[in-house]
Amino acid sequence: MLARIQVGIKPVFTDSFGEKTRAKIRGDLKIPVDSIRTIKVFTVEADISPEQLEETAHGPYCDPVIQDYSLGPLSMDWGIDFDWMIEIGFRPGVTDNEGRTAAQALELLIGRKLGRHEAVYTSTQYLVSGKISLEEAETIARKGLANELIQRFTILPKDDFVKAGGLKPYAPKVMDKSKARMAEIDLHVADEELVRISKEGVLALTLEEMKIIRNYLDRPDITEQRKAQGLSEKVTDVELEALAQSWSEHCKHKIFSGDIDYEDAETGEKKKVSNLFDSCIRRPTSDIRAKLGENDWCLSVFKDNAGVIRFDDNWNIVFKVETHNSPSALDPYGGALTGIVGVNRDPFGTGMGAKLICNTNMFCFATPFYDKEIPARLLHPKRIFEGVREGVEHGGNKSGIPTVNGSLYFDDRYAGKPLVFCGTIGIMPKLVNGQPSEYKKALPGDIIVMTGGRIGKDGIHGATFSSEELNENSPATAVQIGDPITQKKMFDCLLKARDMGLYRCITDNGAGGLSSSVGEMGEDTNGFELHLDKAPLKYAGLQPWEIFLSEAQERMTLAIQPEKLDEFMALCEKMDTEATVLGTFTDSGKFHCLYNGKTVAYLDMAFVHEGLPPMQMVARWQQKVYEEPKLSQSPDLGKELKGLLGRLNICSKEYVVRQYDHEVQGAGVVKPLTGVANDGPSDAAVIRPVFDSFAGLVIAHGVCPRYSDIDTYHMAACAIDEAIRNALCVGATMSVMAGLDNFCWCDPILSDKTPDGDYKLAQLVRANEALAHYARFYGVPPISGKDSMKNDYQVGGTKISIPPTLLFSVIAKINDIRKAVTMDAKKAGDFVYVLGTTYDELGASEYADMHGALGNSVPKVREQDALPRYQALEKAMAEQLVASCHDCSDGGLGVALAETGFAGGFGLDIDLRQVPTTNIDRDDVLLFAESQSRFVVTISPDKTDAFEQIMADTGWARIGTVTEEQSFVAMGLGGDNVLSETMADLKKTWQETLNF
Amino acid sequence: MSKQVKAIVLTGYGTNCETEMAHACKLGGAEQVDIAHISELIHGEFSLDDYHFLNLPGGFLDGDDLGAGQAGAHRMKYAVVKQSGEKLQEQLIRFIDAGKLIMGVCNGFQLMVKMGLLPGFDNKHDDRQVSLTYNDSSRFEDRWTTLRVDEHSPCVFTKDLTDLYYPIRHGEGKFVAKDDKTLKRLQDDKLVVLRYTDPATGQPTMGYPANPNGSPDSIAGICDPTGRLFGLMPHPEAFLHRTNHPRWTREELPEEGQGVVLFRNGINFIRENLL
Repeated sequence: MLARIQVGIKPVFTDSFGEKTRAKIRGDLKIPVDSIRTIKVFTVEADISPEQLEETAHGPYCDPVIQDYSLGPLSMDWGIDFDWMIEIGFRPGVTDNEGRTAAQALELLIGRKLGRHEAVYTSTQYLVSGKISLEEAETIARKGLANELIQRFTILPKDDFVKAGGLKPYAPKVMDKSKARMAEIDLHVADEELVRISKEGVLALTLEEMKIIRNYLDRPDITEQRKAQGLSEKVTDVELEALAQSWSEHCKHKIFSGDIDYEDAETGEKKKVSNLFDSCIRRPTSDIRAKLGENDWCLSVFKDNAGVIRFDDNWNIVFKVETHNSPSALDPYGGALTGIVGVNRDPFGTGMGAKLICNTNMFCFATPFYDKEIPARLLHPKRIFEGVREGVEHGGNKSGIPTVNGSLYFDDRYAGKPLVFCGTIGIMPKLVNGQPSEYKKALPGDIIVMTGGRIGKDGIHGATFSSEELNENSPATAVQIGDPITQKKMFDCLLKARDMGLYRCITDNGAGGLSSSVGEMGEDTNGFELHLDKAPLKYAGLQPWEIFLSEAQERMTLAIQPEKLDEFMALCEKMDTEATVLGTFTDSGKFHCLYNGKTVAYLDMAFVHEGLPPMQMVARWQQKVYEEPKLSQSPDLGKELKGLLGRLNICSKEYVVRQYDHEVQGAGVVKPLTGVANDGPSDAAVIRPVFDSFAGLVIAHGVCPRYSDIDTYHMAACAIDEAIRNALCVGATMSVMAGLDNFCWCDPILSDKTPDGDYKLAQLVRANEALAHYARFYGVPPISGKDSMKNDYQVGGTKISIPPTLLFSVIAKINDIRKAVTMDAKKAGDFVYVLGTTYDELGASEYADMHGALGNSVPKVREQDALPRYQALEKAMAEQLVASCHDCSDGGLGVALAETGFAGGFGLDIDLRQVPTTNIDRDDVLLFAESQSRFVVTISPDKTDAFEQIMADTGWARIGTVTEEQSFVAMGLGGDNVLSETMADLKKTWQETLNF
Repeated sequence: MSKQVKAIVLTGYGTNCETEMAHACKLGGAEQVDIAHISELIHGEFSLDDYHFLNLPGGFLDGDDLGAGQAGAHRMKYAVVKQSGEKLQEQLIRFIDAGKLIMGVCNGFQLMVKMGLLPGFDNKHDDRQVSLTYNDSSRFEDRWTTLRVDEHSPCVFTKDLTDLYYPIRHGEGKFVAKDDKTLKRLQDDKLVVLRYTDPATGQPTMGYPANPNGSPDSIAGICDPTGRLFGLMPHPEAFLHRTNHPRWTREELPEEGQGVVLFRNGINFIRENLL
């Protein structure tokens, strides 16, 4: 039968979801909706009796205390009034998590599994009241409720709805009747034809790469081997797609591993840079490790899904940060949800597998108050903000992983592509079954098993699509929706399997799906044989290449030793986790796929993984010169400070933070919100991952994309310095501090569509050189990272490129969490210090931007001065001399002081003449310059001597006191009182901007 | 049964606070604490008969699809133990009838009310009288709350306690009774164990955010008439050490977090009455 079950909150109760939706539509779309009631609709397509349908409706689908249900239109049972009925459901094939749970509940009730053609689909009915036109109702559906990429909607005026007796049941089934078959593509064609094949197939392969494939297939030995497998000189679709995926920028990082001719137009210097990844990221790490010698705490870097470091004698820590930008542009909720549950699988699939202990995130958006016209295919930045926020909320909260650290950064150039960075930290025992946990290796003869979710058309071409700019042809199937519960069930199961020794190797299915996971694991043994027809599918109609490439979520690939297979499969059965044998790892040297026993791909492993020569690129650096900000002769510093505190990049992010569970697992020590009212901005997170130890982990990050407009070298230096400072603020030790780099760039390849590609590539080179220098100098080795290089939007004549962005994350140890420090002033009478010198560095600062210009004096990191200061501060914290410590970054000293004061619930009395400066003669420059390596700390009077002794000559000054009076008062360089604002006003301004 | 208090912490299908809940049981004095996956219970690898104290931790059973705890309650109702063929629900009723203890936190509390374990009037444990629904804000929130214990409540977990400070982390924590009569009976029988209070006055409040979800009568937790079955939205297991407190860097606090005491009270009750 095909039937609808409708469930809604009883009219006597408030429908808070309906109310929230109403407020959102009024606020964001300015449509005068009076009220909205919502009804959940379950469309059941199953071979069940009417009695079973009724039992399902009033059993699992309805809470009798608060809800009513109906097998007809519930709104008509209720007899309530409304003007429009809008129903939103998923398009065929889109992941419907609630539908899946509803189907499982039905299965329990009827005592059998649902068959191939049975399913439950959910949709939501909005009963809208208000004097609104059809056009407005459509706007509500399109811009407020549905994302047409993944959802469909029906709109009816009430009278029509009632006349029709409600909606007819409709099951959004995938109706693909095409037969699975392998296609062959002839590459022996003209160049323009090769280019067309690549473009139309979303393959992102260059002409040169297409020719490399053709030449490989033409080799006589290859032709002969392939003939023996029943293949011709043409390439199969499975092969071409797999190569496109393996060789995509997303997977192969061609830009980071290519050769660059670099020219500095300022100095005339020319040089060859080969392999940025090796020379600027991997090498500093190996140098630092060599210097650490026997104390080297890095265990596995840059070779697995995530980096691994030692935590203590019993535990290892695993860390990875990924981006999920392109999908988040198209479907912010699904894209971000997939981003977080996707990065979860990286630490989980590292070494023998880690338990996940916390998440981090960082988002870059255009302003949510964007009031310009939105270019085609783009969503309003507020919608992206909300969708991403909610996606990460569901992904993190439902997985039971606390979101301990994060930030938001706004720049209107992110309207073209938002950046969604998601990170996850895991912990694993030092030894698993007596073997180092960071080590894993498949052996020939091991069985290939896939666990978790099933395969659909979701996420096909994700890897290649991310390797291009967002354009009008960007495929809808590139979007997936994560399912945190299926993944959690799988993780529960696989952690048991790990400890029982039931597998030899594990990796995740992310970009490129099986093609990538099996292909990479097959490198251990040098070959594999994979039977694509054995893979469990969500629905019929997938082609072999789609099965191979699908990025359907929640899947891990494992290598199981044959003698453990039965035990492994029995465990999965017990733990309700689907597991399927798909083939065998071999030592044949071949990348071999079959479908119903017939070969559909037969390539040399070496060709797939090493067949690509390094890319050749050009880079040319020329310093850009900008106008200086026009600052008033006598600025009102109180007004300026409030202006800064309310800016998007400085204001409180409590709205977002509160909606993330930041303390599940019970390990939170320094939480994201802190201070007397639990609402001050923490610099970094501290967690205590093991209950029987007081050792902890510090998680922090730095990001400053605006500095890229002046010089990416200093942008990168500042990001690294900021991340380290943030970690130091809460008590991290630099002796065990690792980094993780995420580069998000705009297309840096010189071409017709990117005429300034050589400049953008020079920006990339400079950022990498800074990374190499500062990571090495500070002794903070990068252990993992990721790059995303095509963050542009191009539709018609409109091109938007993001500012080059480096997110530098750090993970560090804190030896005793009981010595952690927070940023809030603790006590009236404590002395206020500033550590570090302030320079005339307003370039690309928030203050300059507020005054409409960029300027040129970008902040520089003076690492020689900074390091002794950092080491001294670490020592002072270890001796518990520091009451509070806060980083000076966006908005400079002024903002850091204000936050320290109001987070603590105190005032501050400051003398700006005491602040160490170089070349500063203006109070506003002193207060708002964003010079690096500075902190605001407060120290109890009985500890000042000891503190000052430790800080010695590292560049600091005592600049004032914490006061009981709730005001921020400052004396200026001229000796007059230049600032007097109540803390309440400052805090209010800081809290208002994003208080949605 | 030997003289050991044995606690079992149920997990699986989206539960996620099992580790800290088990740790809380240990700190509270239980000699044996086992974390059991629902599948393991269904496969007969664990039996409730072997334990005194059942912990239903927080999380997102089945992703809170169909409503928090709703699908989980349905699973518990239909689950049959393999081999023995006994319904899991019968095992549970036997556990309750033996006078043993259950504490459900957050999603565990939601599960208890949706199974009908609470309020458990007239010793009926499959009768749904109350529910927990969407917060008035329609948002998930992580926020610390101050709580007042009803000292006249029969709840064995809150004996001799008055004021508590725990975080809430939920989107569906607004308490709803089937009707006014049900609410009145809960109040009259002193089954409303915990109420959200305004930290400024110490009095129960309907004001947001001190009452984070809009629960009538500021209800944060209830027990059954025996006081042995207890459900609450705030998370005691999130406050086991002073460094879990959001202001531990600025306040003088005892080393032990305030969450341990609920577990210790329950475990002491078992030691005194069930061993």
